[in-house]
Amino acid sequence: MDTILFLFSLFVLALFLGVELITKVPPTLHTPLMAGANAISGITIVGAILAAGADTSSTLVHALGFIAVTMATLNVVGGYLVTNRMLAMFKRKS
Amino acid sequence: MNITIVNLAYLLAAVLFILGIKGLTRPKTAVRGNMLSATGMLIAVVVTLLDRSILTYDFIVAGLVVGGVIGAVMALKVKMTAMPQMVALLNGSGGGASLGLAAASYLQSLERADFGTGAIAVLAVFFVAVTVIIGAVTLTGSLVAFAKLQEIIPGKPLGFAGMRYLNGVLFLASLAGLAMLIANPGNTPLFWLTVAVAAVLGLTLVLPIGGADMPVVIALLNSYSGIAAAAAGFIMGNTVLIIAGSLVGTSGLILTKIMCVAMNRSLTNVLFGVMGEVG
Repeated sequence: MDTILFLFSLFVLALFLGVELITKVPPTLHTPLMAGANAISGITIVGAILAAGADTSSTLVHALGFIAVTMATLNVVGGYLVTNRMLAMFKRKS
Repeated sequence: MNITIVNLAYLLAAVLFILGIKGLTRPKTAVRGNMLSATGMLIAVVVTLLDRSILTYDFIVAGLVVGGVIGAVMALKVKMTAMPQMVALLNGSGGGASLGLAAASYLQSLERADFGTGAIAVLAVFFVAVTVIIGAVTLTGSLVAFAKLQEIIPGKPLGFAGMRYLNGVLFLASLAGLAMLIANPGNTPLFWLTVAVAAVLGLTLVLPIGGADMPVVIALLNSYSGIAAAAAGFIMGNTVLIIAGSLVGTSGLILTKIMCVAMNRSLTNVLFGVMGEVG
């Protein structure tokens, strides 16, 4: 129970930090910021890796683990590349 | 790998994510911010791959290769004008990943019959249910946003006048599924039914919203995928998932609000899938 309380504290503090991080964002950066934050939400890849690597004989669990790692990797790799491309274009314009 | 080193690496990754988001809010620092955040992600992934609880690498490597190749090809080939739908697709993929990992760990816990006892057991099932519900809504909602922007389905609002009541009913039904799963964790048909209800809710939340409002919807769904990742962090007892997920959850919500103001839209209408004007 102590562990959950510790994790819950982290959760609440990070929620507040997320609110404070974003203040004024110029409209040109709305989409890149959204894409960049989207790539960070791909952090679920860490959980997906742990779930896919667990010891089990169930084919369904293996399949779900594989799907989770695939989708999370797609999110992470695609997310960072897309954000980078958008920012590169933004730079040329200014 | 030593658990202390793992946790310190996760802390470093979390700090890099914070600096990354901060950097992305200003034109001067945006490129560096994205690099910092990507570095944080790489550190988190590498450290996790060395985790001693991993017993088989087959499915991990296969998933990393398949997802990495598809993601890279899509990201490099997509036209700049198609970026919003690309982000929607990637976001849906993230939601799907949280859904998949939560379902996998739920079935594993059933297999080993180790949900724990008392409050721990209740919370374990609660986190699984919350993750699959938000993950499923993010997955199907993002797919609708993608389909609308890609003009696979009409961009105009689809649905009927009282659709928000249907959304309300579906929302309550998924909460009922959550409550019943806590009472009876072993009920797998109920588990999949809850997933299905949440998946339908994702569809009905986004279908009534016009194409012009889609960027706001994608920003909101991005916030959801962050919360799904944080909830998944509670399932796995993983600090970096919780920190990064909740950061994206609230920063995404603030960005959604900012975008609503910039586009002169109502946040509550977007939140509850109320029919918007034709876009």
